[in-house]
Amino acid sequence: MTALFITLFLPLVGSLLLLFFKKENTKAIKNTALGISIATFVVSLFLFFGFDSNNPGFQYVFEAKWITAFDAGFRIGIDGMSMLLVMLTTFITPIAIFASFNSITKREKEYYIMVMLLQFAMTGVFMALDLFLFYIFWEIILIPMYFIIGIWGGKDRLYATVKFFLFTVVGSLFMLVAIVWLGMYAGETLLKLPSGFTTNYLLIKEVAQNIPVDIQEWLFLAFALSFLIKVPLFPLHTWLPDAHTEAPTPGSVILAGVLLKMGTYGLIRFNLELFPQASFEYASLISVLAVVGIIYGALVAMVQTDIKRLVAYSSVSHLGFVVLGIFSMTAEGIQGAIIQMVNHGLSTGMLFLCVGFLYERRHTRDIAEYGGIARVMPVFTVFFAIAMFASVGLPGLNGFVGEFLTLVGAFKSPFLNSHWYSIVAASGVIFAAVYLLWMFQRVMYGTNDNPKNHNLTDMTKSEWAMLVPMVIFIVWIGVYPKSFLNISENSSRALVNKLEMIKFGKPTYQLPEMKQKTMENIPNSQNNIKK
Amino acid sequence: MMQELIYALPLTLIFILSIAVIMVDAFTGKNKTVAYYFSIAGLLGVIIAAIYTMTLPSADLAKMAYEGTISKGMLTYGGYAAFFDILFAVAGILTIVAAKPYLTREYGEYKEFYSLIIFAISGMMTIAHASNMVTIFIGIEIMSITFYVLAGFIRTRITSVEAALKYFLLGSFASGFLLYGMAMVYGATGTLQLQEISAKIATGEIVNIYLQIGLALLIIGLSFKVAAFPFHQWAPDVYTGSPTVVTGFMSTAGKAAALVAFIVIAKSLLPTNFGATLINDKLIVVKEFTENATMIIALISAATMLIGNITAIAQKNVKRMLAYSSVAHAGYLMMGIVANNENGFAGIVFYSTAYMLMQIGAFVVVGVLERDDTKFQQISDYSGLRKSHPYLAAVMALFMFSLAGIPPMAGFPGKYLLFTATIQSGYTWLTIVAVVSSIISMWFYIGLVLNMYFKEKEGDALVADVKSSHFTIAVSVIGVIILGILPSFLIDLAKNFF
Repeated sequence: MTALFITLFLPLVGSLLLLFFKKENTKAIKNTALGISIATFVVSLFLFFGFDSNNPGFQYVFEAKWITAFDAGFRIGIDGMSMLLVMLTTFITPIAIFASFNSITKREKEYYIMVMLLQFAMTGVFMALDLFLFYIFWEIILIPMYFIIGIWGGKDRLYATVKFFLFTVVGSLFMLVAIVWLGMYAGETLLKLPSGFTTNYLLIKEVAQNIPVDIQEWLFLAFALSFLIKVPLFPLHTWLPDAHTEAPTPGSVILAGVLLKMGTYGLIRFNLELFPQASFEYASLISVLAVVGIIYGALVAMVQTDIKRLVAYSSVSHLGFVVLGIFSMTAEGIQGAIIQMVNHGLSTGMLFLCVGFLYERRHTRDIAEYGGIARVMPVFTVFFAIAMFASVGLPGLNGFVGEFLTLVGAFKSPFLNSHWYSIVAASGVIFAAVYLLWMFQRVMYGTNDNPKNHNLTDMTKSEWAMLVPMVIFIVWIGVYPKSFLNISENSSRALVNKLEMIKFGKPTYQLPEMKQKTMENIPNSQNNIKK
Repeated sequence: MMQELIYALPLTLIFILSIAVIMVDAFTGKNKTVAYYFSIAGLLGVIIAAIYTMTLPSADLAKMAYEGTISKGMLTYGGYAAFFDILFAVAGILTIVAAKPYLTREYGEYKEFYSLIIFAISGMMTIAHASNMVTIFIGIEIMSITFYVLAGFIRTRITSVEAALKYFLLGSFASGFLLYGMAMVYGATGTLQLQEISAKIATGEIVNIYLQIGLALLIIGLSFKVAAFPFHQWAPDVYTGSPTVVTGFMSTAGKAAALVAFIVIAKSLLPTNFGATLINDKLIVVKEFTENATMIIALISAATMLIGNITAIAQKNVKRMLAYSSVAHAGYLMMGIVANNENGFAGIVFYSTAYMLMQIGAFVVVGVLERDDTKFQQISDYSGLRKSHPYLAAVMALFMFSLAGIPPMAGFPGKYLLFTATIQSGYTWLTIVAVVSSIISMWFYIGLVLNMYFKEKEGDALVADVKSSHFTIAVSVIGVIILGILPSFLIDLAKNFF
């Protein structure tokens, strides 16, 4: 629990600490930011290794009173799914901060304060076990991201940042109404609490399936709108290419690496868990949109002339797999979705870093400006190729595992009940190969006939330091995904069991400690109600 | 008897203070600091007295109204009244402190200003303490007349004079509505005592048509005072024309005072607790009437927030933009009246506190930067403010985020509480309207931040003249953050009032 606290609050402490630094003292600011984020990662390792993967429930749960009037508490805890995403956050952030050393050259102090604040809020989103707290973290993210794109972004940054802000706010405010509604309905009608209101996730989770289906559908839509904008699902994706393209490299890395995962995480954590019957209703609609997004994102990516924009559209396509996996509502699909979230964070994050390295050398992202880079930057080519192949989904690298599992999940899903989702979605993998390989070929191979490209330097030491850790995990997940899948397995199986119980009356899989767990849980939750 | 004198202490103090400040003004000649410090010290005294009465037991207050009190039941003490005393006095101190440098620069420091502010506060406190229609009216009049003068305080400025005249003409008209409405309610129920009115309505033994007309007129009058659609047209002009520090004061404390009047009137004229066993034909008529009336207030509230926010988008002047957004906030606050329950009233208390801090803060920042009435008030003038005045830009951004309702600033828990209350009383659609208008409002709040942070200034940089306004800004910022992160104490306190 201490580790959980430190993981959450250390970045906040760091950002407050940075306030007291002198603006000119950029070196100290940079080192402190990096030091704190690495320390956070180290602390989060204790979480990771102390995690009991046999337990499908929440661990390290901490609860404190906060706003008693509407029973909003400071409740945090993690289960298998959030564990992996917390790790992803603490892993990506130091790399992003390190990448900022070169690419951010103005107003450093404010920048690092914003990034640390962002990490705090992102970790909070994955840890929150209270809807009110979750919403607070969800909204706090807007402020640093708004400034990061708006101040340190490219030339159309104002347009991009306002678009990002408005899109997100539209979704989240409707979610707020749904949260209030749910809190009141659960507190008053379902749980009959004296306060008549609660946003305690653990309590609501137990009873939410008793909400009448027509109401569930509205709540589902309000939550889903917010999350699907964040993911982003076709046709709500239009903010993403702008935000990605205009954000500074580390901003894109965090955006792609972690921020988008908040949407997919929310879908699993809230939509599936709280509104199961409504999820059955909307599963096919959302899956169709996911498949459309896979194909659409890939096709649009194919015609991009800007490398960063291409990678941005590839995100639309990749996140489509994640959403498809989630709404297949099978253990394979959800496990695949979770591991694919991590994969996408790693491989797309790495692609953005690589594009950033090129940009720093040449100050252009136009594909036509490049060609034959492999001759001058051979080592870089290898790393870029690894990231690219991971993104394509080459077996042996991480992307394959995730995409394969989501496709299997969608294929055999009793909820979607059609093979066509997988069949069409699988063609997205081919398209991914087309646009990524084609881009790679145009940038890296061919003749190096642009004189500006003749004297590019190969990877520097710091660039090595950023990419090597990512490569390690890309290969690790590709070769032996079990060490990560294990963590989230029981949590996702528990969720799938719950869904199957509601739909078919019996789960297909017996959890290892299922019996004891339920025995323990039920009296506990009743005690809570009595309190 | 003695007990009541203690309970009435804040009210007595403020009235003595308002006379005393004029005296101090008269006897100190050219020395301006004495009146300045005297008013602040006096208001601090009021705050201490109010805190003291708030802690006193409130059980025998209701009894006191009938057992031959000095005020003959015209006044109520403690509880929310004491809380609003504190709120108004704090607003007064914040305004006075910020006004000193502003007035010295723009017009010249005149000591009347301090006594006018204190007169206005005494009016507001009268409203907060009212338990009789007449007391409400007297309070509203004291407050409004002072506001007319304050709006025209810089009498050499055409805009200021225009604001005063406009406000006066329309405001006195609205007061007429209010008074006539009260007369009608008297005709319907035969009493002006709020508790007796609500008791009478609950029996159903009333003249319905008078009550309906009366309530309609009261709603019109009060909607004018809080600047709600369709009676909000005066607000932008008056708020823009008035001296900026005055605008901050009028649009927060003044609005809160009018809302207190709204709360007490709604509470007594729109009872919700009809006993199920006592239902008869007459009561059904009354019940239907209260439901319709609530619906009308809900519609006004919805229209107010939409119109306020939509028109604010088109504004190029920061002061005018804040004026329109203030109209919208009146709409949010009225959600609490619509909800007509504990949470709703607590929401109004909380939100008006939060709103006071962020709005006064924002207006003070505008006042610090503006020059000669209209210069440096355009949104485009704020470009690059981050570079020239990083701290002012940061606090202004904070106020904007708070006004937009983004956590962890004070605006958010307030909105959350109001949403909860509104949904609880079954007006989910109103919450959705509120959400939509919040989304609209993001555009201009964020637009200002965008100008301050992301755009570079062309031409002369703004020059800030902060001086003692530092205090106001600091208090507002700290308040906004603390209320945003730890709202619990105030919410719990407010819930106990109702």
